[in-house]
Amino acid sequence: MDKNKSPLIHITKRSDIPWQRAWLIRLFALVLAFVVCAIVTTLLTGLDPLSVYQSMFDGAFGSERKVWILGKELAILLCVSLGLTPAFKMKFWNLGGEGQVLIGALATAAVMLYLGERLPGPLLMIVMFIGAVGAGAIWAAIPAFFKARWNTNETLFTLMMNYVAIQLVAFFVIVWEVPKGSGKVGVINQTSMAGWLPTIGGQKYLLIILVVAVITVAMHIYLKYSKHGYEISVVGESVNTARYVGIKTGKVIVRTLLVSGAICGLAGWLMVAGSDHTITTTLAGGRGFLGIMVSWLAQFSPFAMIATSFLLTFMARGASEISTAFQLNHSFADIMTGIILFFVIGCEFFIHYKVHFRTKEGKEIVDHV
Amino acid sequence: MEKGLPAVSMRNITKTFGSDVIANDSVDLDIYRGEILSLLGENGSGKTTLMNMLSGIYFPDSGQISIDGKEVTIASPKEAYELGIGMIHQHFKLVDVFTAVENVVLGLEEKGKLDLDSAAKRINEICDTYGFDVDPKQKIYDMSVSQKQTVEIVKVLYRGADILILDEPTAVLTPQETDKLFAVLRNMKEDGKAIVIITHKLHEVEAISDRVAVLRKGKFIGDLVTKETNAQEMTNMMIGHAVELNIDRPEPIDPRPRIRVDGLTVRTQDDILKLDDVSFTACSGEILGIAGISGCGQKELLEAIAGLQPIESGSISYVQDDGSYESLIGKDPLEIAAMGVSLSFVPEDRLGMGLVANMDLTDNMMLRSFRRGRSVFTDRKTPKNLAEKVVDELDVITPGVSTPVRKLSGGNVQKVLVGREISSAPTVLLSAYVVRGLDINSSYTIYDLINQQKKNGVAVIYAGEDLDVLLELCDRILVLCDGKVSGIVDGRLAEKHQIGRMMTSLGGDELG
Repeated sequence: MDKNKSPLIHITKRSDIPWQRAWLIRLFALVLAFVVCAIVTTLLTGLDPLSVYQSMFDGAFGSERKVWILGKELAILLCVSLGLTPAFKMKFWNLGGEGQVLIGALATAAVMLYLGERLPGPLLMIVMFIGAVGAGAIWAAIPAFFKARWNTNETLFTLMMNYVAIQLVAFFVIVWEVPKGSGKVGVINQTSMAGWLPTIGGQKYLLIILVVAVITVAMHIYLKYSKHGYEISVVGESVNTARYVGIKTGKVIVRTLLVSGAICGLAGWLMVAGSDHTITTTLAGGRGFLGIMVSWLAQFSPFAMIATSFLLTFMARGASEISTAFQLNHSFADIMTGIILFFVIGCEFFIHYKVHFRTKEGKEIVDHV
Repeated sequence: MEKGLPAVSMRNITKTFGSDVIANDSVDLDIYRGEILSLLGENGSGKTTLMNMLSGIYFPDSGQISIDGKEVTIASPKEAYELGIGMIHQHFKLVDVFTAVENVVLGLEEKGKLDLDSAAKRINEICDTYGFDVDPKQKIYDMSVSQKQTVEIVKVLYRGADILILDEPTAVLTPQETDKLFAVLRNMKEDGKAIVIITHKLHEVEAISDRVAVLRKGKFIGDLVTKETNAQEMTNMMIGHAVELNIDRPEPIDPRPRIRVDGLTVRTQDDILKLDDVSFTACSGEILGIAGISGCGQKELLEAIAGLQPIESGSISYVQDDGSYESLIGKDPLEIAAMGVSLSFVPEDRLGMGLVANMDLTDNMMLRSFRRGRSVFTDRKTPKNLAEKVVDELDVITPGVSTPVRKLSGGNVQKVLVGREISSAPTVLLSAYVVRGLDINSSYTIYDLINQQKKNGVAVIYAGEDLDVLLELCDRILVLCDGKVSGIVDGRLAEKHQIGRMMTSLGGDELG
């Protein structure tokens, strides 16, 4: 072939790639991301990138307390992601994680406020739990029902449900505000601590982490070994095949979204009863969306999601540290997170495709990134 | 034959996909003007890939293409057009809501105002020259499959192509339409154009081509002058060893009515009448063929019996050996199974309906059976054994039972699906286009499996598109025309052109 005229770059699909090679590419991408971040940092701020990284690391692991906070944040993000996973595995685009978390949190706060002094501790805890899980489940099942019955678009529907939930919370914040006019609910049951999750071994967040660990294992088993999990995979891969073998798609959609919403509601319960002890409209803090990324990056594997939610939590914790330590705008930290995610997601391209470059000698070399 | 300089000469063409798929391996091929060349080979032998490189869709890894003795590089379909190369693909690339002339001029970058009238005039001239029959002002969605194909050919000629490549052009045509197409191709040949037709139907090779080039597993095996060869020799070259080309047709043993369909009418959600007053009986131990132009109700008929298609009126009953019968209307596949009716269905869309492409063999085996047992967990041991049994008995080529089925070749995918469907010892087997896209060896394996089921007393309903196969395999053939029963003929006595006529007009009214 006349090499001067052959295309400069051509891309071919890889067949299988050994997993070690795939992980090497991912690692390389991460290193490259940090190099690019370092260059950007120096160019934009003139700071020494190594000390910025040092401070990021300190922000995440700097003290025992910071490690516990990292663990708690990781657990809650993971919990939301685990909730979203069955829906996404079924190709039901549940963008309503935010609302499902909030509505679960709202139910928890309501029970704490109205029944906190009246019910004995364990019973109160059970009522709070059922309230949160039930509220989240119903919130997710409404768009699922409409999808199953009339094939409405779940993307818009779940998204809109978020705004309904936020406005509901905004309304109750005013109803419950303490003191009047402050626009805040304040810490609920500060003196009695009624409805607060117990500390284990003096650790406030340990219970949260344990609960989420149990859900992680349970979700892995549910998706991989149960008949429900199998049905979710079939419906997600091909609705036609599901119909062909007599799976009732509508039923599976509603059932799966009940599970999905319930776990998101449970995340709301963990936040209100376990860590924040209050409720605000920003309580979910974007986790309903961040969770989608955690889930997709891990390709819906609950155990791999531990790693991906760690990456995102670590970045968030480190980012808030550098913005205080170096008095950088918080947006700068977002830029760095963006760069890292760009490389982590972008490297998947090189795992699936091979890039050939034309050389001057007329020989082809293959990029082995 | 005076040959002269080849219009196209391909030398040492190699193309690989990924690291282990060699689609073409050092292929040499010459194409001459005033000649029709058949490119013959089994599925996956690299015919289409080779022609895609000529038409600029793929770029070869190595090798040289020359046009009229001049070395060229073809990096895009546009460059191929400039060299006078035009390809008519198996799947039409037309805009449905446009007219023929709009589709023809689409994408042409001619200077000045868009003048559809003069374009229509030029189209009419092309049609007159070669004997096409097309109305430039007709919308594509109003056209039959064969008319759409004509538009595709005109599109290529309009762009000035004198080297034409047709990828399996007859797959969707009736015998009459095929004859018409061949007449047009001969006219173009007389006009000095170079024509390549990709096919795996041997009788068409014999009917149309002057020369035949055979590919096998990506390699060029050789070329023959059509007149000097025969079907057996070509098959042997294609397969690499001698094969028996006859399909078995045992006499039905003790046939009894099994499925009775009466006055079945089906309308789609868009209110299009798909089946109109269809009645027939399928018997045990017999293969009932369904013939018809594609999309005239075969799919709806099979899906209605399988409980996947809501019906407007009529009845479908399952008849027991003692003559008692139960209605299948309004029941979904699960309810039909719960009645104790073992009904298997091999649908047309294998990976989109019959199987889940991303799941492995074991998980696909349990699609039908995963509900069994009270446990909330799935039992993977039984389906795994079944998968191993199917792989073993049907010679499925796969790295293992935990390989996703999308990685298997077409024939092996079909063996997995058929293997699962017959594993439940059915009494009724519905099949739609089971051998579509399969190579000869796999096709014959499937025919054997179907015959085996027939011998076991299963009522087989076989919707097919290759009339030669239907005539060799089936005991009776039901011909559909536009959703109506055009007639039911005896597979042993019927003749191909008679069925062709019945496919296009009710009862084949030119008959007699």
